[in-house]
Amino acid sequence: MTDSKYFTTTKKGEIFELKAELNSDKKEKKKEAVKKVIASMTVGKDVSALFPDVVNCMQTDNLELKKLVYLYLMNYAKSQPDMAIMAVNTFVKDCEDLNPLIRALAVRTMGCIRVDKITEYLCEPLRKCLKDEDPYVRKTAAVCVAKLHDINAQLVEDQGFLDTLKDLISDSNPMVVANAVAALSEIAESHPNSNLLDLNPQTINKLLTALNECTEWGQIFILDCLASYLPRDDRESQSICERVTPRLSHANSAVVLSAVKVLMKFMEMLPKDLDYYGTLLKKLAPPLVTLLSAEPELQYVALRNINLIVQKRPEILKHEMKVFFVKYNDPIYVKLEKLDIMIRLASQANIAQVLAELKEYATEVDVDFVRKAVRAIGRCAIKVEQSAERCVSTLLDLIQTKVNYVVQEAIVVIKDIFRKYPNKYESVIATLCENLDSLDEPEARAAMIWIVGEYAERIDNADELLESFLEGFHDESTQVQLQLLTAIVKLFLKKPTETQELVQQVLSLATQDSDNPDLRDRGYIYWRLLSTDPVAAKEVVLAEKPLISEETDLIEPTLLEELICHIGTLASVYHKPPSAFVEGSRGVQHKRLPPRAGSGESTESPDVGQSGPSEAPPAVIPSQGDLLGDLLNLDLAPPTATVPSVQPSMQMGAMDLLGGGLDSLLGGDIGGSPSVTAMPASLGSAPAVGGGLGDLFDLGGGVGMPTGSYVAPKTVWLLAMKAKGLEISGTFARRGGIIQMDLSLTNKAMSVMTDFAIQFNRNSFGLAPAGPLQVLTPLSPNQTIDVSLPLSTSGPVMKMEPLNNLQVAVKNNIDVFYFSCQYPLSLLFVEDGKMDRQVFLATWKDIPNDNEAQFQIKDIHLNSDVASNKLQGSNIFTIAKRTVEGQDMLYQSVKLTNGIWVLAEMRIQTEPFLLSDLKCTEPRIVYANLLHSQ
Amino acid sequence: MIHSLFLVNASGDIFLEKHWKSVVSRSVCDYFFEALERATEPENVPPVIPTPHHFLINVLRHRIYFVAVIQSEVPPLFVIEFLHRVVDTFQDYFGVCSEAAIKDNVVVVYELLEEMLDNGFPLATESNILKELIKPPTILRTVVNTITGSTNVGEQLPTGQLSVVPWRRTGVKYTNNEAYFDVVEEIDAIIDKSGSTITAEIQGVIDACVKLTGMPDLTLSFMNPRLLDDVSFHPCVRFKRWEAERILSFIPPDGNFRLLSYHVSSQNLVAIPVYVKHNISFREGSSQGRFELTLGPKQTMGKAVESVLVSSQLPRGVLNANLSPSQGTYTFDPVTKLLSWDVGKINPQKLPSLKGSVSLQTGASKPDENPTINIQFKIQQLAISGLKVNRLDMYGEKYKPFKGIKYMTKAGKFQVRT
Repeated sequence: MTDSKYFTTTKKGEIFELKAELNSDKKEKKKEAVKKVIASMTVGKDVSALFPDVVNCMQTDNLELKKLVYLYLMNYAKSQPDMAIMAVNTFVKDCEDLNPLIRALAVRTMGCIRVDKITEYLCEPLRKCLKDEDPYVRKTAAVCVAKLHDINAQLVEDQGFLDTLKDLISDSNPMVVANAVAALSEIAESHPNSNLLDLNPQTINKLLTALNECTEWGQIFILDCLASYLPRDDRESQSICERVTPRLSHANSAVVLSAVKVLMKFMEMLPKDLDYYGTLLKKLAPPLVTLLSAEPELQYVALRNINLIVQKRPEILKHEMKVFFVKYNDPIYVKLEKLDIMIRLASQANIAQVLAELKEYATEVDVDFVRKAVRAIGRCAIKVEQSAERCVSTLLDLIQTKVNYVVQEAIVVIKDIFRKYPNKYESVIATLCENLDSLDEPEARAAMIWIVGEYAERIDNADELLESFLEGFHDESTQVQLQLLTAIVKLFLKKPTETQELVQQVLSLATQDSDNPDLRDRGYIYWRLLSTDPVAAKEVVLAEKPLISEETDLIEPTLLEELICHIGTLASVYHKPPSAFVEGSRGVQHKRLPPRAGSGESTESPDVGQSGPSEAPPAVIPSQGDLLGDLLNLDLAPPTATVPSVQPSMQMGAMDLLGGGLDSLLGGDIGGSPSVTAMPASLGSAPAVGGGLGDLFDLGGGVGMPTGSYVAPKTVWLLAMKAKGLEISGTFARRGGIIQMDLSLTNKAMSVMTDFAIQFNRNSFGLAPAGPLQVLTPLSPNQTIDVSLPLSTSGPVMKMEPLNNLQVAVKNNIDVFYFSCQYPLSLLFVEDGKMDRQVFLATWKDIPNDNEAQFQIKDIHLNSDVASNKLQGSNIFTIAKRTVEGQDMLYQSVKLTNGIWVLAEMRIQTEPFLLSDLKCTEPRIVYANLLHSQ
Repeated sequence: MIHSLFLVNASGDIFLEKHWKSVVSRSVCDYFFEALERATEPENVPPVIPTPHHFLINVLRHRIYFVAVIQSEVPPLFVIEFLHRVVDTFQDYFGVCSEAAIKDNVVVVYELLEEMLDNGFPLATESNILKELIKPPTILRTVVNTITGSTNVGEQLPTGQLSVVPWRRTGVKYTNNEAYFDVVEEIDAIIDKSGSTITAEIQGVIDACVKLTGMPDLTLSFMNPRLLDDVSFHPCVRFKRWEAERILSFIPPDGNFRLLSYHVSSQNLVAIPVYVKHNISFREGSSQGRFELTLGPKQTMGKAVESVLVSSQLPRGVLNANLSPSQGTYTFDPVTKLLSWDVGKINPQKLPSLKGSVSLQTGASKPDENPTINIQFKIQQLAISGLKVNRLDMYGEKYKPFKGIKYMTKAGKFQVRT
């Protein structure tokens, strides 16, 4: 007899029959009936109607029956809260049972009943169970605290369960420790700022002891918890590593990967010349390789993580290329990941092997995989210069196969190879041109067009080739259209005599017949350039292109560091920071690798606070308004190879900008015109272009000189719909030592507004209006006036949350309106904030470490002098500067209006994070040690 | 942690669901079904699938998808390992892990799942402990239970739950005390067209069946422990002793367990036990292709290569195959294009071969891809890495146990490119 019998019931009233059986006197019949109910429940049938009958079976000595009833209760208590109360007494009684199994079962089940009324009754039994003499009960109770917290967080805090849980970290039983850590970690996830897992050397020691003795799952919890600890120095770091290393030999892959995480993170602190550092590197390779012989789904997760690890420390797996070779029956998701890692590990030493493999893959069946393999060959050529020739010939072989998608991929990557090694492999162009007709994918077509345009002078029939594309211009994708436009302009500049007609044709197609703004704008730019200044046009269009980088898809280093701290998690599988996608992890703290030993930097916890002074970064870096802001924030991603040349995209309003038009285009004599230097300007909207491009670029070039304190653009503070038609937008500025609130009042109502007045609530720095709000004339409908309100800092003080919050009341003849806004802290930096050097030194030492905060500012391309100048504009004064190991350190002081001094140490790192031929260094400004002192 | 579990069968029906926290609607599986539809093969469903509010982590075992639902940041390997454990437990309890077996034992399954996770945290996953909590169903017990009304849920707290040796229960008694160890090595290799090895590695395991009374303490030593530089141990193995002396010292779990798994990497020279001579050729414009395979033993240390099975996925353009094997039988499935040849044992004096022609669709062009040949085989009495157990000793108990060691080499993913 099997359980399948529970599914076969007679037609007539299934529920009715079960009800009768549940109320039977015979124990055995009861149990069978409950089993039937459970069976129905597992397949999703609704048996909630039997609730009272099932609960009646709960008071029994039969453990199996009790468990079954509990299973039922957990599922349906939520839908029958009033009935569920009936079960409470049994629970409370069971929590006192002599058998620890029953005590644990009761507390475990109670926690799973997500009914508020029941949770109240749970508190007392839970408190007892947390201190139970039997560790099995204690460990179950620890998890129960996490359950309860999920249902009612406030209750858990009020009852002091969190403290009891923290005490359990020091429990004598390792399983209890592991469960306490697991529960605390889960609770901490919903409380990012609470200091629940307050780790210190003593607790760490306890965790390490428990690590050796608890179950595999417990080990995972403990290791993940250890990973969030920041050791005090390299010695502590080494000793933790030594004790974690044995976990690398665990049979459970999750334990292994968590151990790898801890080691990868703490390794960062070890000096590289230490013998132990080398030993550790060697120990990391075998377990990672072993993960690849596991089941495909484990392999996949492992590969995603290995992808991160080889980017951070390529030396670990550099000799293990072969384990990443693809087996033909690997699942596709494993194949693609392996391929990725093969390219990352490719080097001169193993390139021959890798290429032979890749060529093999290019003849497989799976289209996605084949495409990626072909692309990989191109990436190898770009990465390992010595192999470029062999890669190109491999690609040519593949093109000969005439397999359509192979040919198209090959052409796309050959274009990249041309960009990396200009004027080296042009001999293959003829072969490429043979395949022109078979290209049907936009990317391949665009790549081919780029090649034709770039090498127009060497292709005799370049004009014919491009003309053939022009016929179906409007059916092409934007990518191809843009490429075609640029290629024909290039062709014209190279062979002006024969191609006038062609260039006119494409310009008119782009500007007159197209409704794509990008295409139209690029068309106008070219037109204008060609008509006003052909020399400049040549310099812009045929400018030397920056070389493309070797690795086009490296993860940005700060993100990589964060991901290394999250090895083994979902974040590491998706290569995104946890905050980007996991629901429920509200405001996850960004984890950073610890600084390397000997860098002289303090190892305070690097949290970036959510509020308070450390929120100032956008304000303390003064930029010159939007434009510069945009430039500073320009995406650091290396220019992808598909970008053919400078792409200024501007919006030009009217046709009459086109000055001379076609006549001058044709008559344009070459030479003698002022040259224009191109710079990548990303201008949002068109300024009135009077004198043509020169002005435009001058305008772009003019930005960047520091001229004073930074003023943010106005933002809307009060919406018209919320204030009976009054809309207020504004910003704050500091001008000549006076704080001003710049307001724009707009009347969006139908009637005139008068009698304006303004008042502030008490705030952190005592900001108050220094005079009345000067709105002299009544504000008529649809009118806007700008007012500047001088502010004083002598008002009443009250700490706000966030610190720089300001609550404002504005009154007019209609009503009083309230809004709140936030002012930049730089507003409060006074002009006499320059501290004496000696005083600075003394003060620096005096300030306790607790007042210290540390954070990084990314993606700013400034050297120390420029940064210093800019900051001075906002009253952040550089006291001293020194250069340590090629890095500039700035020591700065700031004084706030209320007399608080803030001292800062700023380190400007210029580590080449992309390859140097891009000249793309990444200066990161580390604003350290933002301190308070009275 | 793990929120819910759905079991989905090959035809895409959810046939069991279990929730450890609040109930997650079945509709969450729609995202899984979408991924299933996109995948060309059942094996190609990505293991981690994001949905707007949850993540679905799935493994495919015995034609059942085990789909775990998680909501917060949980290590995916943790979830996958747990799912593997669920599969192992079902197999252990019901003999097979199939939809029918699960449905037949649905209440036990439910009790097991409840015992294995609490609030998404693993609770008891060791088969020893589970068996004390919930007795596996046997025909005898079902009959006895029905008569006596007794239960198949343990009344006592499993002794292993909290002891320092959680993997072993106390009070074990046997009349015949025996300890058997199987050293099983799987060789994974890729051989290229010309017969040279591109990569070859060995995955080895030592599986044990230990039925010993009381609390025995065993040590196992090897002739050549240096081979084992990349190992994963059962938690019972004392790691420090291994680090210091290269000796496995442990109190074994009761019954079957995996003591150790190890990996001999491609950097060591791995012996390749078989070779394949092949000639598979298609000519442009002809509807016939030639097909010839010959197998032979290579570095087998004089042992016989048995249970040889050759399979190959022929190109899509192949219509049929007309071959004659010198021994064994072959089949060709014209739908899946899968050729498989059950060779049996390789006789070194008379090498097995499979020769003949394959017919292509008329007018079809020459296939682009070259078929890869997959070979399975077994070699008894040989660990291809050369690993040898030196001796096995028992301490802590007085009796003399029977001891035995067996060696075996198998093909893992052994592929020959053509």
